[in-house]
Amino acid sequence: MAVFVFIEHREGKLMDISFESLSAAQKLNDTVVAVVAGENVSDLAEKVAKYADKVIVAEDPKIDTNNEAYTRVLNELIKKEKPKVVIMGHSSMGMDIAPALSVDLGLPIATDVVKINPEGGKIKVTRSIYNGKVLADYNLKNADTYIITIRAGEFSADDLKEKNGKIEIVDSLLKDEVADKKFVGYVQPVVGAVDITQADILVSVGRGIKDKENIPLAEELAKTMGGVLSCSRPIVDYGWLPKERQVGTSGKTVKPKLYLALGISGAFQHVAGMKGANMIVAVNKDPKAPIFSVAQYGIVDDILKVIPALTQKVKEIKG
Amino acid sequence: MDVIVCVRKVPDTAEADVMVEKSGKDIEKSRLTFTINEWDNYAVEEAIQMKEKYGGTVTVVTVGQKDVEDVLRRSLAMGADKAIRVDMEDPDDAYTLANILCAVIKNQKYDLVLFGAQSGDFNRGVTGAMVARMLGIPHATMVNGIEVLDGSIKASRELEGGLNEIYEIKLPALLTIQTGINEPRYVSISGIRKARQKPLEVLTPSDVGVGSIEPMIVLDKMYMPPPGKLAEFIAGSPEEAAAKLASILKGKGVL
Repeated sequence: MAVFVFIEHREGKLMDISFESLSAAQKLNDTVVAVVAGENVSDLAEKVAKYADKVIVAEDPKIDTNNEAYTRVLNELIKKEKPKVVIMGHSSMGMDIAPALSVDLGLPIATDVVKINPEGGKIKVTRSIYNGKVLADYNLKNADTYIITIRAGEFSADDLKEKNGKIEIVDSLLKDEVADKKFVGYVQPVVGAVDITQADILVSVGRGIKDKENIPLAEELAKTMGGVLSCSRPIVDYGWLPKERQVGTSGKTVKPKLYLALGISGAFQHVAGMKGANMIVAVNKDPKAPIFSVAQYGIVDDILKVIPALTQKVKEIKG
Repeated sequence: MDVIVCVRKVPDTAEADVMVEKSGKDIEKSRLTFTINEWDNYAVEEAIQMKEKYGGTVTVVTVGQKDVEDVLRRSLAMGADKAIRVDMEDPDDAYTLANILCAVIKNQKYDLVLFGAQSGDFNRGVTGAMVARMLGIPHATMVNGIEVLDGSIKASRELEGGLNEIYEIKLPALLTIQTGINEPRYVSISGIRKARQKPLEVLTPSDVGVGSIEPMIVLDKMYMPPPGKLAEFIAGSPEEAAAKLASILKGKGVL
């Protein structure tokens, strides 16, 4: 029995989630078969082969970075090889592909999974729901193949074992070009005036800041501490701060000496972008906010009271 | 441009104390407040902005018992023309839900179907793309920008790290909407009251014509996450806590 791993790559580079998917697959103690599809992917296939028993390379210029084309290629490969499990990231790409595959092939799917527990021929998965406050175990309907997408950061690529598998090149599996959905191109992130990835101290605000009018409070604290103001996703969604200030999966990954999280609950998408900080301090009025499990120090209180007090104390210390 | 938006009512758990019921099959919901799923709110706003720009209609659809109607009324108050509720308990299984929504949508006139990219309760991020497949129309998930062309649309999809990708997609199509795509309008109480005159159709599962569907995924149990490593908490009034924190930061050489 084989476990398929769909390898995600972009602009010639393998995505981290591909290695995490390989790690999730290795834990199932089955034959790990990585699927690398696209154009000019032989270099990528060699890198992936290190951690797989076999790599299937579906080289095809017609794929043209189109999620629909990837879906059709995977569909053909799954029908041919009948893997027990298909693993891919619960990433932007995985969200486009995996549910479509599930319906096309009539196969059960579990998305955004944090743990995979095989039980005989069956599969049980654990998902983190209700803002990370509850875990839930689910049983998947009996099937020949199960589709699973994994949450980023839950299956560490650090425990990958070397396998040095062989590479198998398959003929084009895409019968026609995709007519109704065409990939046009990438739009690179706007480069702004501030680069939060270079800051030693980040003072970061989330929903708890409540109002746009309160942003200057946090800005003053950042300035007093000699740091830079950053934020979580909702603040950018509301238009209170520009995208370049956003920390997290869809924003920037930062590794400052100090990350001060103010009114940020700590959704995994945010934590993925800041867990590498040397020191994390969180202020949140919800003592059960997930941010407190990544922070070294925590204050349970209203940030609108703590921010001015902290600004004052830092001023006193700095003289 | 006729647009259908599928919406969902969810408990607001971001800042709430969430506990699992004794049965292990659900959370204790009595003390929670419920709202329209945040992503769906952006989807409704996007549909209404399209109607304002290009004409056409907006229909909002949900599955649930009578208590979920307030999210439909809210969407009508924002500017939707018509609402449909399928009167049944929200199925736990996204595949079942997708089948029901597909059965409703295929009897409507539409150019575009919108979903939220995910929901704040179960974050499955799967129902929209499943419905697209069942309807046999192209889709794009995680959409953070839409440009309407003649017979097609350009959709910007959010990727990781601030990168976006653009697809050109033929209509009819289905898109799942990411937060931040627009600024959802404010809904007043009087607006909701006025929207009471707008049509809200209630369908039974048999009206919809969906028989029993074998779920793809079945909940075994919910439980609280095991207590992990927690931060060292600094106690006291805001002034006291701030003073202690400032001296810790100084001690660590950060300040």
